[in-house]
Amino acid sequence: MGRNTFREFTEVMPAPLPGAIDCDLHPAVPNLKALLPYLDDHWRDMVEQRGVHELDSISYPNNAPVTARPDWKPETGKAGVDLDRVRKEALDGFQTSLAICNCLYGVQLLYTEDMAYAFARAVNDWMAAEWLDKEPRLRASIVVSPQNPDYAAAEIDRMAEDHRFVQVLLLVMDEMPLGRRRYWPIYRAAERHGLPVGIHAGSSYRHSVTAMGWPTYYAEDSAAQSQAFQAGLTSLITEGVFAEFPDLKVVLLESGFSWLPAHLWRLGKFWRGLRMETPWVDKHPFEIAKDHVRLTIQPRDLPADPAVFERVMAHFDSDEMLLFSTDYPHWQFEGDDALPAGISPALAEKICRDNPLATYPRLKEAMA
Amino acid sequence: MTIETIQKPETAAPAKQALAIADCDIHPSPKSVEKEVFPFLSKHWQEYYNTYGTLLRQPYQNGPAYPKGQPDAARRDAYVPDGGKPGTDLAFMQKQHLDPYNVQLGVLNPLKSGQGLQNPDFAGALCSAVNDWQIAEWTSKDARLKGSVCLPYEDAALSVKEIEKRAGDPNFIQSFMLIRTADPMGNRRYWPIYEAAAEAGLPLAVHAFGFGGASITGSGWPSYYIEDMVGHSQSAQNVVASMVLEGVFERSPKLKLVIVEAGFAWAPSLAWRLDRIWAQNRLELPHVTRPPSEIMREHVWYTTQPFEEPDRRGHLKDTFEWIGWDRLLFATDYPHWDFDDPSRIPLPPADEATRNAFYLQNARDLYGV
Repeated sequence: MGRNTFREFTEVMPAPLPGAIDCDLHPAVPNLKALLPYLDDHWRDMVEQRGVHELDSISYPNNAPVTARPDWKPETGKAGVDLDRVRKEALDGFQTSLAICNCLYGVQLLYTEDMAYAFARAVNDWMAAEWLDKEPRLRASIVVSPQNPDYAAAEIDRMAEDHRFVQVLLLVMDEMPLGRRRYWPIYRAAERHGLPVGIHAGSSYRHSVTAMGWPTYYAEDSAAQSQAFQAGLTSLITEGVFAEFPDLKVVLLESGFSWLPAHLWRLGKFWRGLRMETPWVDKHPFEIAKDHVRLTIQPRDLPADPAVFERVMAHFDSDEMLLFSTDYPHWQFEGDDALPAGISPALAEKICRDNPLATYPRLKEAMA
Repeated sequence: MTIETIQKPETAAPAKQALAIADCDIHPSPKSVEKEVFPFLSKHWQEYYNTYGTLLRQPYQNGPAYPKGQPDAARRDAYVPDGGKPGTDLAFMQKQHLDPYNVQLGVLNPLKSGQGLQNPDFAGALCSAVNDWQIAEWTSKDARLKGSVCLPYEDAALSVKEIEKRAGDPNFIQSFMLIRTADPMGNRRYWPIYEAAAEAGLPLAVHAFGFGGASITGSGWPSYYIEDMVGHSQSAQNVVASMVLEGVFERSPKLKLVIVEAGFAWAPSLAWRLDRIWAQNRLELPHVTRPPSEIMREHVWYTTQPFEEPDRRGHLKDTFEWIGWDRLLFATDYPHWDFDDPSRIPLPPADEATRNAFYLQNARDLYGV
């Protein structure tokens, strides 16, 4: 494969590949009222009596540029609430065969664990009824309440029977680093059902997003997400999650991905000097990541020069780690420019189809 | 498992006369605070030190939050033959490190000053005393060594006073903070420090560690020392993002930022990320007038220890080129355990002038010495 520019490349092949699997799509809960039919009497009463507010996270302010691409944004209300638009703009628009819905409604941010559990169940039932039942190309992640990992595991057990749910969803920042053993019931349940754990940008805001406290600008919160992914990956590896759960896969969603090689070089450097501290980490962290960690391709923290993407992929030293995503309706690219400039057809095929199918066993059922 | 301590300082020197280097991260410590630092502290603060110690925003009175990988985080062979702690004895440092490694310029970065103390007045007094101590015990005795102005950075007014006191003093070549401040480093409460440092022509070095009180990850406290160590790189990215996006370099266009002991290979990806975020959020960032990657390229330097080690050495060639060879500074971190030997780091291939600049001239150009 020569060094075609992206423009040359797109003349011969539309981007992305027809039949691609979109691993990060964001249908939105339009408002809390939409979840009422999926809450039991007690929680429905609580929502009404207490005037519970919308659970929209500050990670994605409703009108911030990243939250909705201008051409995907309705005149009023949130983007991502209308199935017909999702069909037309995301599924038909990118000719995707399947798309995994990651609902970002902020149930993980609640301080009350039983309330979070109730809302997580409601979101999953809403997802099944309002989206999956109506559109056969859609799959979804199981939203759980990490506030109580036992409740989260119970919800995984409940939803896993429905094979349209193909993953468990967490936010990258929570009460504790995600490798902590507190969370292991979640990983145990996910592994038991053959479900990858998707870790999405965002926070429950129990801590400031930076190690130095709260920032001044939203842009700094956005920037800090990729550092949070680095720390989260460090934690998963050092705590021994992948030693304990050898079949577990983790998918980093909306992480920016180009940070990964440098981070693993550094973690590997210290692992060489400090491995006596975590003896269960019995091979280089980069090797562990190649076996267990996948990343979606939006956003692309890369310059315009396609040669740089080629070099970054050389640093990955693997063509199996990246998964296609549009991040619809988030604004990460223009037009149908969903693949990195300079990508070879062979790598595009891996990213768009082979890698998602290898990562999510349940997607193969649809392809059979 | 037992660890045998091998004491062979007499044989620690490299085999032959090495390339001339600048070591941009050397850690001196007092033999005794009472003997060496108290002479520069008032009676009041001496008594305060003896009564309360140095209370930081971390759990223990003495020692770090996470036990280190080695005693005193030091090379086993760096203890002074008379039993003194590593980095406390100039003659031994000369013999073990400065002479055999042909260190032409050694930048002193004292890690135990008043930085990050809960009591800001004590922080100011102790930082100033440690600055005096650097002159008395180190820079006045070996012309290769240059000091860092330790700033009590949580109090900007006291820090400005300390910068003004040291401005123009050839014993000092940079101002000095620790990475983990109480608020993000771009926060306007620190701006007077940056204006004063830029005015005094003292680059601002920001070293790993610190005691701001927030957890080192946005998801709380990790379990292991390795996470704390690797976490400095994420903290450094937070620092650069914060200073760039909050407009520090527009406000202080002469400010030079040096990231010390927090890695460098993360910088290209961060620059690309910030460019994207900046382009999308211009409404929020009218004070940032050009792409963050340009600002970083112009204003940020990085010391290389502990050097990143990809399996394929060629990968670092890309990293060096993306950052710019002229922005990378060699450092050893003497006397700490994760010391980088200048002859053993996997430096990407480069012509002789570029290599020499990396080892020495970049630092001379930055510091003007």
